[in-house]
Amino acid sequence: MGNVIVLVNATSDVVDAASAELLTTGAGLGSVVAVVPGGGSDALVADIAQYGAAEVHVVSCPQLSDSLVVAKAALLVERAAETHASIVLVASGLEGNEVAALVAAKLGAGLVTDAVAVRADDGELVVDKVVWAGKYTVTAKVVAPVAVLSMKANSCVAVVAPSQPEVRQAHFDFAAPAPTARVTSIEPAATSSRPKLVEANVVVSGGRGTDGDFAPVEALADALGGAVGASRAAVDAGFAPQPLQVGQTGKTVSPDLYVALGISGAIQHIAGMRTARQILAINSDPEAPIHRLADLSVVGDLKVIVPAVVARLG
Amino acid sequence: MKILTCVKYVPDAGDEVGFESDFTLGRTGPSSKLSELDEYAVEQALRLRATIDGATVTVLSVGPAEAEVALRKALQMGADEAVLVSDEAIAGSDVFGTAAVLIAAAGYLDEVGLVMCGMSSTDAGIGALPALLAEALGWPLLSNAAEVSVEAGQARIVRSDEFGTRVVEAALPAVVSVTDQSGEPRYPSFKDVLAAKKKSVTTIGLAELGVEAALVGAGAARVQVTAVVRNPERAAGRVIVDVDGSSVDDIVEFLAAATK
Ligand SMILES: Cc1cc2nc3c(=O)[nH]c(=O)nc-3n(C[C@H](O)[C@H](O)[C@H](O)COP(=O)(O)OP(=O)(O)OC[C@H]3O[C@@H](n4cnc5c(N)ncnc54)[C@H](O)[C@@H]3O)c2cc1C
Repeated sequence: MGNVIVLVNATSDVVDAASAELLTTGAGLGSVVAVVPGGGSDALVADIAQYGAAEVHVVSCPQLSDSLVVAKAALLVERAAETHASIVLVASGLEGNEVAALVAAKLGAGLVTDAVAVRADDGELVVDKVVWAGKYTVTAKVVAPVAVLSMKANSCVAVVAPSQPEVRQAHFDFAAPAPTARVTSIEPAATSSRPKLVEANVVVSGGRGTDGDFAPVEALADALGGAVGASRAAVDAGFAPQPLQVGQTGKTVSPDLYVALGISGAIQHIAGMRTARQILAINSDPEAPIHRLADLSVVGDLKVIVPAVVARLG
Repeated sequence: MKILTCVKYVPDAGDEVGFESDFTLGRTGPSSKLSELDEYAVEQALRLRATIDGATVTVLSVGPAEAEVALRKALQMGADEAVLVSDEAIAGSDVFGTAAVLIAAAGYLDEVGLVMCGMSSTDAGIGALPALLAEALGWPLLSNAAEVSVEAGQARIVRSDEFGTRVVEAALPAVVSVTDQSGEPRYPSFKDVLAAKKKSVTTIGLAELGVEAALVGAGAARVQVTAVVRNPERAAGRVIVDVDGSSVDDIVEFLAAATK
């Protein structure tokens, strides 16, 4: 289906998991032009080549860091126009969805955010999206000449298929056509020695039922080599930071194992973990909705059970 | 100055509403209401009103006649006036169609100095509208704010996302969207509910806005829904009742199998 622009956000010298998935998805649809805004190292470019890109465009842009989303979107629009791309793929997220929206607006393209699958069917691009707190999967076809999609993490398995891409260094100056917002301070996302929440094979989440003591949650996560997650009630109560929130307004995770500790299982929480392969729930209330979907449901006190389990795993 | 707050009328997440034959979501479920994520926008608009001289809050919705329910809730929370854009031709619009109507409505209303939105709708969950509004109005975008304030005509937000926490500023007029971290929406008191009864909801159509019907609706949509499938519910597994740690063996065994 022609050229496929894939946005690769350079956060280090390796392609992050979400971008690797996008590169794989893109390669299945056409000829991938990976766009790295703001500059990326040679090591990063080499890593991008692991996933079958035909071209890598490393685009410097002095306005990127102090503008919110608009400069990045304009940079992608320019690349899409230059390469006559018919598809633009970005990773889902607060920023990814907005970048996708702005690019689609400028290109007159069809937009689907938070897509979970995409395929070409008889020359038409067909996209799946999960809506309404995970209840339904909607399939839509893009009827505009260009499609802009933001893809949820874990929509596909990244496939290593090395290529020798043409690498281009380019420069983009963002001249705002109208007044734009200025970023006046940045604090990078906190790093953790644990696996990233959306990429982890094991996620152990705590809810309001932890009563504010996340130590058992963290201890079990560490014993299993997993990531720590939280319900919104736990985040709202200050037990855990918002980036760890799982659910409709937090992260969507799809691990092999999801452990819910002191979480009732509200529909908005389930929306973020319903595709986990196995679910273990520990909740003292036998009527808690989480017990209706867990593979192993334990009705009991997490404060008694979890330390004992951790001791056995230790 | 008007703080124009865009809100959506949506089914409750617990409702069993289906999809229509044209795959549009059945909007009028048994407990359809003001989207919970838009309550945060109304709340922040009301809090900002208290800090800005002469500010008023207008709530705006695009939807069927029943969407008045959502606007009424916002009026009960304390919004000053409400506008509903309702027109058969709008049904089936994609996000660009909805944006076109909201943008026209923002122009139709006088003295709009700030547009407020929630972070996303709770049904379609696109998360694109605030950016599209800012782009079309030519106003700065201050989106997904966990905190928002306005001082001397300058808006300032704190935003946390996949790239960290950023402070972002712009002069008004601007478009601001707020997340569910921005502060709990107020619950209208009995007195508020009574007071809201005196406030009116103005309903207008595309003709008043000067929006051509061909630009909106299913016909103009760049994405067409072709199927909707209900996702299978997960089935309940084994349930064990723990007494003083009696479940530990079973749990350890389950964890070993699940992480193999
Ligand atoms: C628009 C919208 C978006 C939302 N987005 C999200 C989201 O992204 N993520 C999310 O999680 N929520 C979200 N929510 C909130 C959601 O509706 C619930 O309020 C929330 O998930 C509840 O969190 P919880 O299960 O930790 O708390 P509760 O519902 O209070 O449950 C706590 C549970 O702990 C159990 N418990 C207590 N003590 C113990 C003990 N000692 N041992 C074992 N169990 C114990 C209790 O039995 C109870 O079931 C959203 C809501 C709305 C309206």
